[in-house]
Amino acid sequence: MKRTPAHRLRGAGESGTLLLVLFLLPAMVVTFGLIVVPLADSFWTSLHRLNLTAADRPFVGFGNYVEAIRDAGFRQALARTLYFTVVSTLLELVLGLAVALLLNQDFRGRGLLRALVLIPWALPTMVNGMMWRWIYHPQYGALNALLTQTGLLDSYRNWLGSPALAMNMVILADVWKMTPLVAIILLANLQTIPGELLEAASIDGAGAWQRFWHVTLPWLRPGILIVLVLRTMEAFKVFDIIYIMTRGGPANGTQTVAYYAYTEAFSSLQFGRGAALSFLIALAVGLMAVLYFRLLGEEGAGA
Amino acid sequence: MRKLVARLALYLAALAVAAFVLAPFAWLVISSIASGADLLSRPLRWWPEHASFERYWTIFTSTDTGAPAYTFRHAIWNSTRVAAYATLVSLGVGIPAAYALARFRFRSRRALTLLFLGSYMLPPIALVVALYLLLGQLRLRDTVGGLALVYSSFITPYVIWIMRGYFLAIPPELEEAARVDGCSRFGAFLRVALPLARPGIVTTVIFAVLTAWDEFLYALILTSSVRAKPIPVAIAEFSGQHMIDYGMIAAGGVLAALPPVLLSLVLQRHIIRGLTAGAVKG
Repeated sequence: MKRTPAHRLRGAGESGTLLLVLFLLPAMVVTFGLIVVPLADSFWTSLHRLNLTAADRPFVGFGNYVEAIRDAGFRQALARTLYFTVVSTLLELVLGLAVALLLNQDFRGRGLLRALVLIPWALPTMVNGMMWRWIYHPQYGALNALLTQTGLLDSYRNWLGSPALAMNMVILADVWKMTPLVAIILLANLQTIPGELLEAASIDGAGAWQRFWHVTLPWLRPGILIVLVLRTMEAFKVFDIIYIMTRGGPANGTQTVAYYAYTEAFSSLQFGRGAALSFLIALAVGLMAVLYFRLLGEEGAGA
Repeated sequence: MRKLVARLALYLAALAVAAFVLAPFAWLVISSIASGADLLSRPLRWWPEHASFERYWTIFTSTDTGAPAYTFRHAIWNSTRVAAYATLVSLGVGIPAAYALARFRFRSRRALTLLFLGSYMLPPIALVVALYLLLGQLRLRDTVGGLALVYSSFITPYVIWIMRGYFLAIPPELEEAARVDGCSRFGAFLRVALPLARPGIVTTVIFAVLTAWDEFLYALILTSSVRAKPIPVAIAEFSGQHMIDYGMIAAGGVLAALPPVLLSLVLQRHIIRGLTAGAVKG
């Protein structure tokens, strides 16, 4: 039987099957061996009362989960995480949009600014957190010095000293780092607006604000959607910047769910509880991911 | 006249953004070269009276094993190795898998693609306890290799996701033509698809390196000594202590920031393409 080359390429002949296995297997071993297997193991752990200080590890079913949901500490951490997520995402969206609109204008040095804007995003999270902690320092920090020397503040403040203020200062550091990402995504979206669309609106007598509101903003829908979901998913898992800036303090004021799960597992050594908490977080992020694909699928933007 | 005002406002806004972006990092750099007295002066001196690059020199030469400088030097070297190994493994196993998912037809292809993608989104906190125990059994805890392997597990799905898109964008006719000319199936992948996907490969390399360089939670739990501790852990450790040499931590921070910042400035186009890859195609 004669087969065309195209036919051979598409069909899964014997050599094709071997190649397929050789191509897929290593990636499956690396990914699933270190993700699916530990995940299953972690789930098994979450069904036990596994405490490193105790000798036995009794099976408790979903007891750890029930405990976690009833736990006021966890619920407070959840509320803080939602606050962090909503405030940081919204600030990043608004500032990112402003920067994207600016970078979309024609001016000298635009290329340079577009490159410079990437710097905060490229900065490692740990360096970013350490840098802002130094800037916020109650005695020697640059923020206090700047605000008092310009007369905006009459005495030094302890920026990370009270729960609510500390949370907002951590958010500010996160916003500084992540706004560039939002700006770049929205800028890419902005650059696809056909010029005729804005011209037509101009001819119809629309002012700058009307053009922005009725043409630009609707056009940015897919970009804004991606930013919203990407950032909310990331923000919900926030750990690194909290660890370096406040270690969850003061008075648990910046303790988020990921940080709470970390302390349960590695400070209190309640591995079972820690695993259950981690699973709840993974579940929440998974739900967000499903939402993500749904929304993007409807948009037809295709990730 | 109105136009001039608008022009002026535009440049002022650009200047404000530039200042906001650069000022904190500039302050970090200044802190790293200012003397200890300058750092603790009140009112704060914005430009140090005594600037020197001594701390950087100390980081590269220090032999005092208890000092931050020594730890920083090793941490930078560890981070470099972890990033290199993780990138090599991830691309080595990820690119063929991406090609298979883009070109081969087989049952459960869609399910497998989603499974890879889903594994990328899992929060590390959900896995870290199990990985801690697993790496202990494999005697890979506190080793550069073990950390690189863990990083490969979540960088590989990213490589697959991006590279699959690049392969899908290449017309399959090109490989078919090569096969008519006598190329094997593997040969067509090697000689036709791979070279055409080169921009995608550059992008994924950058992202793999940046991700490995930045990761913290796994590194915090899975490493414990200068043997394997990467730079984010070293920085976190010293900034958490009471007796802190801020200037030295700043110098370590600047050195840690240098590779990703330079990479992003030089390869800006690839980064922007990567950040927006497939995301926004209006």
